Amino acid sequence: MSSAPASAPQNVKERDALTGDQGNPVKRTLKKLAAGELGSVRVLIVLALIWLIFSIANENFLTAVNLTNLTLQIAAVGTISVGVVLVLLLGEIDLSVGAVSGLAASVMAVLSVKHGWNAYPAIAVALLVGAAIGLFQGTVSTRLVIPTFVVTLAGLLAWQGAQLAVLGNTGTVNIEDEAILNLAGVFLAPWLGWLVAAVVVGALVVAEIGHRRARGAAGLEQAPTLSSVLRLGGAAVALFGGVLVVNADRGVPLALVILVAIVANFHILLTRTKFGRHVFAVGGNAEAARRAGIPVARVRTIVFMLASTMAAFGGILAASRLQAVNQSSGGSDLLLLAIAGPVIAGTSLFGGRGSVWSALLGALVIGSISNGMDLLAFESSVKYMVTGGVLLGAVALDAVTTRGRTTIRT
Amino acid sequence: MTPAAAVSPLGASAPGGGAPPLLRLRGITKTFGAVRALDDVNLDVHAGEVVALVGDNGAGKSTLIKTISGAGPANGGTITFDGSEVHVRSPQDSASLGIAVVYQDLALCDNLDVVENLYLGREERGHNQPLSRLDEVQMEQHAIELLDELQVKTLASVRTEVGMLSGGQRQSVAIARSLLGEPKIVILDEPTAALGVAQTAQVLALVSRLKERGLGVILISHNLSDVFEVADRIVVLRLGRNGGEYPATSDQRQAVVGAITGVGADSPVAAQAAAAEASTPSALSTKKEPS
Repeated sequence: MSSAPASAPQNVKERDALTGDQGNPVKRTLKKLAAGELGSVRVLIVLALIWLIFSIANENFLTAVNLTNLTLQIAAVGTISVGVVLVLLLGEIDLSVGAVSGLAASVMAVLSVKHGWNAYPAIAVALLVGAAIGLFQGTVSTRLVIPTFVVTLAGLLAWQGAQLAVLGNTGTVNIEDEAILNLAGVFLAPWLGWLVAAVVVGALVVAEIGHRRARGAAGLEQAPTLSSVLRLGGAAVALFGGVLVVNADRGVPLALVILVAIVANFHILLTRTKFGRHVFAVGGNAEAARRAGIPVARVRTIVFMLASTMAAFGGILAASRLQAVNQSSGGSDLLLLAIAGPVIAGTSLFGGRGSVWSALLGALVIGSISNGMDLLAFESSVKYMVTGGVLLGAVALDAVTTRGRTTIRT
Repeated sequence: MTPAAAVSPLGASAPGGGAPPLLRLRGITKTFGAVRALDDVNLDVHAGEVVALVGDNGAGKSTLIKTISGAGPANGGTITFDGSEVHVRSPQDSASLGIAVVYQDLALCDNLDVVENLYLGREERGHNQPLSRLDEVQMEQHAIELLDELQVKTLASVRTEVGMLSGGQRQSVAIARSLLGEPKIVILDEPTAALGVAQTAQVLALVSRLKERGLGVILISHNLSDVFEVADRIVVLRLGRNGGEYPATSDQRQAVVGAITGVGADSPVAAQAAAAEASTPSALSTKKEPS
C-alpha cells in the first residue's frame, strides 16, 4: 500500500488506501482486534475462556464466595501492577517493586505493633518510604545514566536486606490494629455497594455526554453513538453485575474499591493530563520528547516514585490481608506476577503502549488461573507452568500483532 | 589545512537589494579542536524566501545549521536576526527568536496520534495547574485548521497514530508542528530524503506554502532537482566555506554541481579543490567533468 494511486499530492485516493475497508465496521473491528488495538477486549476474551474452563472443571469456581475471594487475592498484586504499568510505559523496568512492598509493609507493621503508632501515620510513613526509594532509584538511574534494570536489581537486593533489618530478630510481626486489618477485611454494606456502582455509572454517563457535546459544539468528528452506548453499557453491566455477585456473599470488598479507584485515577492521570501525555511520549521516543522540551529525566523520576509508592501500598494491602508481615513478605513470585499481569493484558515491554487497566485485568487473569488451580488441587508445579505458558502466549501474540502494526507503514 | 584565507562569496551581488535579510550570518567559524568545520561562512535569509543549502557530505551543512539552532554554537562570527545582533547558545534561544528546525529523523513519537504529536511539549489545558485536564477539543480543532491551511489533505483522521502514516505524511506532520511556535524561519533538514515521487511532491508543495506564509525557509538537501524546483536561491558550502551562491534557475545547474564538487570552470574554489583532490582523489574524481 505504497503511494501508487497518488499521482497528485492531494489525491483523495490515498486517504481511502490508508483507512482500508471503511465500509464494513464489523470487518474493521475484527481487524483492529487482531492488530491488538482493542487489547483490553482481547484479554477479556482470554479471561472469559479461563473462567469457562474452570467453571466446567469445578462448580465452586463461579460462586459468589470464590469470586469475592478472588478479588481479595488480586488486590495487592493489582495495586503493585499499577506502578509497574507506569514504568513499562516508559520502556523501563522496576525489579524492586516486590522488595519495596515487603519493606514498606514491614515499616508499617513495626511502627504499629512495636512502637504503638496509630495506623494512619504508620501507613503514611510506609508510603513515604516507598516514594523515597522511587525518588532515589529514579534519580540514580537518570543522573548517572544507568539502566533501570540494574538500579532496581540492586534495589531488589538492598531493600530485602533493609526489610530483614527492620523486622529484627522476631521475624514475624502480627498486625492487630483494626484500621490496618480493615483495608482488606471490611466489606461494604449491600446498599452502599449499589450506591457506589450507581454513582460511578452516572459519572461515566455524564462525562461521556459532556465529551460528545464539546466535540459536537466544536464541529469535530464524533465516534459512532453505538460505540459510546456499548462502552457505557459494558461498564454498567460489569459494575452492577459485579455488585450483584459479591452482594450474594459478604458484599463489595473495600480492597476492590480501593484497587479500582486507584486504577481509574491513574487512567485519568495518564490519558487526560499533560504529565500522562509526557509519559507516553518518553516511552515512545525519548529523543523526540527531549527535543519537544519535555523534561525527560523528571518524568522518569516521578514515574519511579509513583511505582514505588504503589508497590508500598500493595505491600500494605497484602499485610492487611495476611494480618502479618514476615521475612518473606514481598518475596517469592510477587514481583514476577506483578510484571507478568500487565504484559499479559497487553501493555508493551518496549514502552509507549498500554493502559493502566491492564494492571487490573492482568491480575484477574493470573489470579483466576491460580485460584482455579487451587480449587482443583493442582500442585504448585503445574500452576507455575500454566501461568508461564499464558504469559508466553500473551507476549507472543503481542509480538505478532505489533509486527503487523509496523508493516502497515510503508 | 590552509590558513583562513578570505574566500568571499562571489556567487552574486546580494539579491533583493530592498528589505534587509531576516537572518544574516557573517564570518561564522566553528572549530572542533584543530579541525575547522566552518570557516568564515556567510548566509542571508529573507522573509518569504526559500534558500537551499547544498554541499557534499562533510561540507559543513549540519554544522552550520547547528550554529543557527543553538545545538552547537559557533566559535566566531555574528548572527543578526530581524535587524539586531543575537547570541544563540542553546536550542531554547533559537526557538524564542522564532527559528524552528525540522530534523531529518523527524523526532515524532510513533505511538502518539497526529494531534498529540503536533502539540507535544506545548499541550493546551483548560487551566494551568499541573494536573488539570488537557483541552483535547481545542487542540484537535487547531490541528485540523493548521493542516487545512497547509493543504495537508491525505490524512484520514488527525487521530491516526503517526507510526501508521506514510513518510510524506510524517514529514508534513513534522513541518506543521514546527509552525505551532509561530516561527519566522524554518530550517528543513533533508525533508525529502527517502521519500517516493508523489510524497516528495507533497512535501515540496508544503515548502512552497511556508514561503507563501512569509516565512524564511532554509532547505538542506542532497537532491538538486528538489532544490531547483522549490528554492529561490542556492547557497553552496564546500569544505566548510562558502562555495558560491546561485539563483535557482535551471541554467545554473551545471554551475551548482561544479561548485559542490569544486571542479566546475566557474567555481570560486576550483584551485583549492584541485589541491584537495590531490589528497583525496577517490571521493571527487567521479564528478570530474569540467564544462
